[in-house]
Amino acid sequence: MKPFGAVIARDLRLAVRQGGATFLALVFFLLTVTLFPLGIGPEPAILARVAPGVLWVAALLAAMLSLDRLFQADFEDGSLEQLTLSGLPLGGIVLAKIIAHWLTTGLPLLLAAPVLAVLLNMSDEGFAALLLTMLIGTPALSLIGAIGAALTLTVRRGGVLLSLLVLPLYIPVLIFGVSAIDAAVHGLNAKPHVLLLAALTLAAIPLCPWASAAAVKLSLE
Amino acid sequence: MSMHYFANPTRFNRLAGRIQPWAGGLAAILLVVGLYMALFEVPADYQQGDTVRIMFVHVPSAWMAMFCYSFLAVASAVALIWKHPLADLAAKASAPIGAGFTFLALVTGSIWGKPMWGTWWVWDARLTSVLILFFLYLGYMALWQSIEDGQKAAKAAAVLALVGAVNVPIIKFSVDWWNTLHQPASVMRMDGPAIHPSMLWPLLIMALAFQVYFVALLLARMRMELNLRRIRALRLAERSS
Repeated sequence: MKPFGAVIARDLRLAVRQGGATFLALVFFLLTVTLFPLGIGPEPAILARVAPGVLWVAALLAAMLSLDRLFQADFEDGSLEQLTLSGLPLGGIVLAKIIAHWLTTGLPLLLAAPVLAVLLNMSDEGFAALLLTMLIGTPALSLIGAIGAALTLTVRRGGVLLSLLVLPLYIPVLIFGVSAIDAAVHGLNAKPHVLLLAALTLAAIPLCPWASAAAVKLSLE
Repeated sequence: MSMHYFANPTRFNRLAGRIQPWAGGLAAILLVVGLYMALFEVPADYQQGDTVRIMFVHVPSAWMAMFCYSFLAVASAVALIWKHPLADLAAKASAPIGAGFTFLALVTGSIWGKPMWGTWWVWDARLTSVLILFFLYLGYMALWQSIEDGQKAAKAAAVLALVGAVNVPIIKFSVDWWNTLHQPASVMRMDGPAIHPSMLWPLLIMALAFQVYFVALLLARMRMELNLRRIRALRLAERSS
């Protein structure tokens, strides 16, 4: 358990000292959400109607764009290879890195989402569901995204490829997240959607680190 | 005969070369018979008129779209687990064919949808999940293309194919879930009453034609890939000598 915590602490320290990356993801989130009222018009009723979807899509894109931070820098300076040679199970290292990624991307997005929901005039009933689904759903974004990030490690300019690989896999998270908020806004029972979202994240916790560890291993060969 | 008997490229090439013309010929005959029955023998539907004939291309394409992805996933699993050299080839060769069938299913569905639903496209659960399947094919093919080292590309693509295969049912389920929320029964049901035998036979013949065509095309693509590798190896040997 100690090395596991050490990897998380290391990645967090790197994120804090290098700075910027978390901030950039947040600014991207804010900026994308700002584009929607400009694109579809400022009528409060329309914005309130599309708010859950817009917030989730923007969060999805922001999380995806930050995925290259997960392995790329460590791969380039060789520390990823050092970590795999340490004798620790690679799946565990990958999971630790995913947790660090979530703490520096998913968590800030989660905290910023209610503020943006206010800007989009989302109705008050949706806020609890928004926070809850973001809390449950954003870890799945980091987990699933890790597979894409690991697969595109050796690809030069892998950004576009990464989006092509990862976005179709994000669709279930988007659907259940938005459905839960929509249900809450309309006074319906949001529980089934939240439970399905939780099932998705729970299934991703053992499977995704395993698959991304396999992908990391083959890019280091 | 063990699984690795045909791991020898020459042996495989010889067998595939022998099967390929037969498969191609059979596919052509079945296609002609099936299309003739579908276009001339089958009576026009009492509700849908002649547009129902699109079904004889659309439905087999949709079946093949799913079949090819399953084939791709199984071939990828075989490649990862047993490191069978032909499994990588088969997976790689089947992806563009599957993408082609998926595209055909989407386009014919759209052409069918215009007279039936009044629009080229509806965000119906089936259409949406087939569209996502098309993106999965594109991602798989793009990953093969963008990793230069063939061995690494094969493994990465195999991992992606398996991740995709686990996700396909989840995506399908979530899209159904989404659809029932957003569009309650606004879309006509495609799978209405049981199909009449006069339509079933041409449909099955067309499905078989597509299946045999897939085999012919798969063998052709695998042989092409093997020959390309051989040419590359010969060129490298020439340079170094």
